[in-house]
Amino acid sequence: MEYARLLARRLAVSAGLLVLATSLAWLFARAAPGADADAFGQATSAAASTADRAQAGMDTPVVAGLAGWWRSALRLDFGRSIRFQRPVGPLVAERAANSALLASVALLLGMGAGLPLGVVSASRRDWRRLAIRIASVLLLSLSPLILAILLSWLMVRVSPGGSVGGDGVAGGNAWRVLLVPVASLALPLAATFERIQSRALRRVAGEPCLGAALLRGIPESRVRWRHAWRLSASSVASVGGVIAGAVLSGALAVEVVTAWPGLGRLTFEALTARDAPLVAGCALATAVMVSLGALCADLVSAWADPRLRGRR
Amino acid sequence: MSRGGVVLGVMLALLALAAPWLRVHDPATVHRDHVLAPPMRVHVRDAEGHWRWPFVRRLVVTDRLSRTYEEDATGTRPLVGATSRATADVPWFPLGTDALGRDVWSRLVTGARLSLGIAALAALGALALGIVAGGVAGFAGGLTDSLVMRACELVLILPGLYVVLALRSALPLVLAPMALFTAVSAVLAIAGTPQVARAVRAVAATERDRDYVMAARATGRHPLAIFLRHVLPAARETVVAQALLLVPAFVLAEATLSFMGLGFDAATPSWGTALQDAANVRAIAEYPWVLAPAAAIALTVLSLTLMADGRDIPPAGDRL
Repeated sequence: MEYARLLARRLAVSAGLLVLATSLAWLFARAAPGADADAFGQATSAAASTADRAQAGMDTPVVAGLAGWWRSALRLDFGRSIRFQRPVGPLVAERAANSALLASVALLLGMGAGLPLGVVSASRRDWRRLAIRIASVLLLSLSPLILAILLSWLMVRVSPGGSVGGDGVAGGNAWRVLLVPVASLALPLAATFERIQSRALRRVAGEPCLGAALLRGIPESRVRWRHAWRLSASSVASVGGVIAGAVLSGALAVEVVTAWPGLGRLTFEALTARDAPLVAGCALATAVMVSLGALCADLVSAWADPRLRGRR
Repeated sequence: MSRGGVVLGVMLALLALAAPWLRVHDPATVHRDHVLAPPMRVHVRDAEGHWRWPFVRRLVVTDRLSRTYEEDATGTRPLVGATSRATADVPWFPLGTDALGRDVWSRLVTGARLSLGIAALAALGALALGIVAGGVAGFAGGLTDSLVMRACELVLILPGLYVVLALRSALPLVLAPMALFTAVSAVLAIAGTPQVARAVRAVAATERDRDYVMAARATGRHPLAIFLRHVLPAARETVVAQALLLVPAFVLAEATLSFMGLGFDAATPSWGTALQDAANVRAIAEYPWVLAPAAAIALTVLSLTLMADGRDIPPAGDRL
C-alpha cells in the first residue's frame, strides 16, 4: 500500500506532462511557417486539402482548435494525418509498438551488460576497470548514429543481399532484422549505464553503513553486490528512467539509418510535413513513454530506498 | 587517458582553425574524372627504386562503370616543395573523393569549422543562458526558483532530440548557410540550457547561505556583485563539467540534423551532410573512405569524453 501514494503522485505529474507536451506540440506544428501550405509531397486537390485542414481544426482560431482536438482526443479520436491520409490513432500505435519492441530489447541488453560492468569498474583498480572504461568510452564516442551506419556496412559485407532493419519484424526472420538496430542502440546504452552505475557506486562507497557491514565481517563481494548496489540503485534509476523514456519514444537516428518504422521517424516526418494532428499524436505517445520511464524509475527508487516510501 | 583527450581536442581545434591552409582543393569543386576515387597512395620510391620525397601518382579511370582506378606512373606530383607546371595538373586527394568527385579531405577540414563552430557557439550560448537562469533561480529562491526550475524540468524530461527537432521545424526549412549556422546554434543552445541551469542552480542555492556570502551582504555589496564575485567562481567546476557534456552532444545533434536534411544543405560541407553520402549502405561497402566524417565525429566525442572522464570521482578502492 505504501506504493499507492507514490503511484498516485506520479500519475498526476504524468497527466500534467501529457497535457502540456501534447498541447505545445500541437501549437508548434500549427504555428510553424509553411503550415498554411499543403503538406508537401502530397498530390491532393485544393478541395481535399481544405477539407483536411478543416478536419484537423486548422482553420479555426487557435484556442478553439486546440480545445476541439482535446475534446475528440478524450474520445480516443486523434484526428486524421494530413501527410499519411490515415487516422492518427492506429498509425501512432503501430509505430510506437515497433519503437517499443526495439527499445525494450536494447534496454534489457544494455542494462543487463552495463549495470554489472559498472559495479565492477567502480570497485576494482586493476586491468578489469581499465578494460571496461576503455570499452565504454569508445562505445560512447561512436554514438547510435555512427554505430548504425558502421554495423549496416558490416552486415552488408558479411551477408550481401540481406535486408537490415526494414519493415519491422512483420517480414519474419526477426533476429536478422533486429540485429543491427538493436546492437547500435544497445551498445552505447550499455556504456551509458556502465558509467552511471560506476559513478553512483563510487559516490556511495564512503557511506558509514557499508564500512560497518564490512567490519561486522560480511564478505566484501556480498556488501558490494547487495548493500552498496542497492544504495546506489535510486540514483541510477533517476537517470536511467529519463534515458529509458527517451529510448522508448523512438531512437530517431537508428530508425532513419536502418529504415525501422518507429515512432522517432514518424515524429520527424510529422514535424517536417507540418502535420499538426500527427505531431500532437506523436507528442502524446512520447509523453506516455517518458512517463512510463519515470514511473519505473520511481518504483525502483522506492524499492531500493525505504525512506522514499514513507514520506508524502 | 584524460591527457590524450586534451591532445586530441587541441588537434581537432587546430584542424578547424587552419582549414583554409590545410585543404588542397576548394571543397565545392567537382572533379568529374575522379568520382569516388580512392585515397591516393603516398610513394617514397620512384619507378627505378630510388628514394625520393613523398609523392603521389596520377589516378586514371580504367572502368567508368565500376569506378576502378589505376595509378599512372608517368604523372607524379611531389607533396613537398612547389609543384611545377608539369605536375600541377595531377590532383591530390588525400582521403579520396565523394560521389560527386569532391575532395573528402578538403570537405572534412572545412566541415570541421561548421560542425565544431556550431557546437562551440551553442555550448557557449547554453552556458550563458543556463548560468543566468540557474544563478537567478538559486540566488533569488522562492517563487522565481520554483517557476524557472519547473520549466527546466519540463524540457529536461522530454527527449532532447525531439525538443531540438520541434524548435528547428518551427523555423523555415530552407535557410542560407550563415542564417542556418546561427539558427541551429540558437536552437541547440535553448535545448541545452535547462541542464546547465539546474546544475548551476544547485551550486548557487548552497552558496547563497554560506557565511562569506552573508558577510558580503552585510557589508552592503550589491547582489549582482556578490553573484559575480562569490557565487559564480564557486560554480566554475560545474560549468566546465557541463561544457564537456554539451559539446559532444551538440556535435552529434548537428550531425543528426544535417543527416536528416534539417541542417545544412548537401552543398555545404559539414560533417553531418557528409554523412548523408555514407547513409547509402551499399555505397560505403565499396567506398569506405566516404565514412571519414563519421570518424571525425567519433574522434571529437572521444576527446571530450576522455576529458570528462579524467575529472570523474576516483574509484572506490579495493575494499568494496
